[in-house]
Amino acid sequence: MGDQNKIDRRCFLKWSAMLGGGLAVSSSLLSCLDRLKEEGVVTIEKGFDGFVIRTGCPAHNCGGRCVLKLFVKDNKIVRIETDDRPTDEVNDPQLRACVRGRAYRRRQYHPDRLQYPMKRTGQRGEGRFERISWEGALDLLASQIKRVRSEYGNSAIYIPYGTGSYNQINGRQTADRLMNLLGGSLGYYNSYSWACISQATPTVYGTNVTGNQRQDWLNSKYILMWGWNPAEMRDGTNSDFLIKKARENGAKVVCIDPRMSMSAVALADEWIPIRPGTDTALMSAMAHEIISENLHDKDFIDRCCLGFDRSQMPKGLEAEESYTDYIFGRKDGQEKSPAWAEGITGVPQETIQKIAREYATTKPAMLYQGYGMQRRAYGEQPVRGGCVLAAITGNVGLHGAWSSGLGLQAKDGGPFWNVFPTGSNPVKARIPVFLWTEAVLHGKGMGKEYGVKGTEQLDNDLKLIWAVASNALINQHADVNRTAKILKDENKVEFIAVQDNFLTSSGMFADLILPACTQFETWGLEDGWKYGDEVIIMPQIVEPPFETKSDYHICAELSKRFGVYDAYTQNRSEQQWIEWVVEQYRKSRFPEIPSLDNLKKENTGVYAVKVNNPEIAFDKFRENPEAHPLPTPSGRIEIFSSKLYELNNPKEIPPVPKYIQEWESPFDASAEKYPLQAMGHHYMARVHSTHDNNDWLAEAFPQRVFINPMDAGKRDIKNGDMVRVFNERGSLLLPCRLTPKLMPGVVDIPQGAWWKPDGNGHDRGGCVNTLTSHRWTPYAFGNAQHTIMVEIEKA
Amino acid sequence: MKQYAFFFDSNACSGCKACEMACRDKHDLDYGLRWRRVYEVTGGSWELKGKTALPQLVAYNLSMSCNQCVDAPCVKVCPSSAMQKREDGIVFVDTDKCMGCKLCNWACPYDAPQYNEKEGVMTKCDFCRDYVDEGKVPSCVAACPMRVLEFGELEKLKEKHGYRSVFPMPVNSTAHPALVVKPHHSIGKIANFNPEIINQEEVKHA
Repeated sequence: MGDQNKIDRRCFLKWSAMLGGGLAVSSSLLSCLDRLKEEGVVTIEKGFDGFVIRTGCPAHNCGGRCVLKLFVKDNKIVRIETDDRPTDEVNDPQLRACVRGRAYRRRQYHPDRLQYPMKRTGQRGEGRFERISWEGALDLLASQIKRVRSEYGNSAIYIPYGTGSYNQINGRQTADRLMNLLGGSLGYYNSYSWACISQATPTVYGTNVTGNQRQDWLNSKYILMWGWNPAEMRDGTNSDFLIKKARENGAKVVCIDPRMSMSAVALADEWIPIRPGTDTALMSAMAHEIISENLHDKDFIDRCCLGFDRSQMPKGLEAEESYTDYIFGRKDGQEKSPAWAEGITGVPQETIQKIAREYATTKPAMLYQGYGMQRRAYGEQPVRGGCVLAAITGNVGLHGAWSSGLGLQAKDGGPFWNVFPTGSNPVKARIPVFLWTEAVLHGKGMGKEYGVKGTEQLDNDLKLIWAVASNALINQHADVNRTAKILKDENKVEFIAVQDNFLTSSGMFADLILPACTQFETWGLEDGWKYGDEVIIMPQIVEPPFETKSDYHICAELSKRFGVYDAYTQNRSEQQWIEWVVEQYRKSRFPEIPSLDNLKKENTGVYAVKVNNPEIAFDKFRENPEAHPLPTPSGRIEIFSSKLYELNNPKEIPPVPKYIQEWESPFDASAEKYPLQAMGHHYMARVHSTHDNNDWLAEAFPQRVFINPMDAGKRDIKNGDMVRVFNERGSLLLPCRLTPKLMPGVVDIPQGAWWKPDGNGHDRGGCVNTLTSHRWTPYAFGNAQHTIMVEIEKA
Repeated sequence: MKQYAFFFDSNACSGCKACEMACRDKHDLDYGLRWRRVYEVTGGSWELKGKTALPQLVAYNLSMSCNQCVDAPCVKVCPSSAMQKREDGIVFVDTDKCMGCKLCNWACPYDAPQYNEKEGVMTKCDFCRDYVDEGKVPSCVAACPMRVLEFGELEKLKEKHGYRSVFPMPVNSTAHPALVVKPHHSIGKIANFNPEIINQEEVKHA
């Protein structure tokens, strides 16, 4: 291979000179590809005059973690293929990348990559910047951190939620580690994905580890995919494939969703459209049918549950409303019958009866709930409702069954570990992640009424934001027009630094821009998202271009300005940290994992453990609930939660799961002005907002407003017309596409498109958050961004 | 004579376009060229009944590139012998000979030959013949996350899966496409469902 002599080392030499050899990563004079080659890592492929190396697909926040096979020539990635391990069995399937991974070259070599640090010149939010040096940029950020620390204290500093770069040593946790060495910053809990489901599942089961290992799906006979769309959002690499295998094994699959998702098309025998926000009404009616027909698992309920009926109420609360009291309307006078639910959900009562009976009698059965329905007003209720259906049909602790709830993988909770040590945060106060705008507006004094934990009251408003790999500063947070107004006010947040690969919508509001390199340009490691039994290594493939640096490198340089460089780096380069991380996995989840050196030499990209005997959640509990109680107050499955009862807010946080009409609903007065429900599903073109600027993906999946032809007809809207979607919070202009694969009354604006306001206040990028509300859910303090009413007109 | 063919199981295709993108990446296709396309097909209607809305729908995806037809019309009409069929059935363009007259596109029932404006020649899926010659599978087949694309010999695939064409493929084509499709289960549940392609803008090409 003559090519090895052609590798251009110039850019690397320039790079290492600029860094002054600070970190071990730049201590060698070889380029990363040269180094890998010397270590025997890169392989030669017939018919290709470059090198082939396998790595993890850059981790954002999709549900997949896949292997990419990169063809590298002259220090440039020229082709991307995927996992090509010779076997592809159910116990260890190939981790095949989706369309986003396959289109990654267009992100990697995008002309708009940030190249050097920049400082704001115009008004905040205008997006005018000038180039500055790294020295100047890091000095500026360090001096602002020092100023805010001394003027207000560490709790006025915030590193927001962000998942734009999301592997062991890439992403916001690198900044967390530094801030924790500097006295800490305001913490948060919850996520934009799972707030309600992660808070509500433990009210029933005491844990979020309610899922069997996925290979067990092949034992199921009936699968209700409830608002679950693994084919498009990739809820675990191969989740869609494993449902396909379950179906081939004889399972009937029914999909309940307002939208006929690609999962409904590709995985289900039947699609049942449901009006958004009414899932708990359907669940209650199914329970009504199951109990009325005597199809519930009485033995399991007796042995394992609490609060099912009056005979089962917690001590002292015997007179309170049990689950069957609610279902049969013994207190409120309303039976939650299929006929009642038909008017709410839009699902015919015969269909409700049919799926209720099928679910209760075709055993073992799975009710797998997706996450969209819990990012809604009262999103806690469908989570608890789904768990209760699983419990009363006895589909808990068995092969082929599914306990519902969050469904983290048994026994250990599965992958997605943060091994890179961030240290502990000296600031103990934590806010619910969705309420950070409240902490800007009136943080000082905020307490538990806003979900604040770790302190009685916050002692500061937020004054400094350092966003690393985060577009949640504006684009992914609700109500962008409101957020933009908050961020524009320099008396509120006094300094904003944004660190990313591109000038995102969030970056437009920065005072300081720090250009980060991509995950192909530094070391990394990933280990699966919600599911998976593997570790994928991510060697540095190419040098960081222009003046970009890795997140870790930026933090290391910054740490020098506080005299904590040694403490921060522990003298490790990125690669040495990954070596250390692999050792931690060997001491814990994967005792057999080879050393990083050997993983590199194998060049499969991945270390995987075969799953031949999938683990089951709650099997011991089911066998003997007294000997193996759940970590709930009663040790049982809490259909009635005394913890929720004690909150004394039965209208919004009932102790048994109930259907509660949403605060914006087709059934209330707001529907006169804004009659359509809007949803923002996870689009194949993006991972949240990542890849929105990828032209190959935009050509494959253009951003559109999707609308049912019946709703379009009423408004004289034709396929392809430019339409305006609006409500009181904002408006956006986009071409529409007519599709019957969406329930009448519902429009869909796939979430994640970058907000691009025009001069008239309309968004031209198609960001659904121009329409969403910042109101949070009552118990989890979670985002309810899918609860939106809108009107639509021809533009 | 050997005749290579694709097999596509429409039942479990999620329309994810990993195949289309793998093709685009491998062949470095310029904007506007889509050697492999994924057609999103729907048919049927909604029935409003009281407070409910009932779908009577057919919905499926069809991933299609060049079908390497047994009696390839593109080869027959090509005036410069640029369009050729190999011994193993693979149809490809010899771009040195191609004049860019587009007759092949006109003759093709599947929209497979596509004009590359920059080069002034026709281009199309060549079944990744370089990979096939090296004993590998075409890039799209290796890409499919749902494992619904296969490749093999036409007669064997026909024997295993039957041989039908589904919309938008023309019925009873005299070209004898080397594409074996397992139709989606929703077809047949509804009579006269008037199929249409609802993602027209995603399948058109230059």
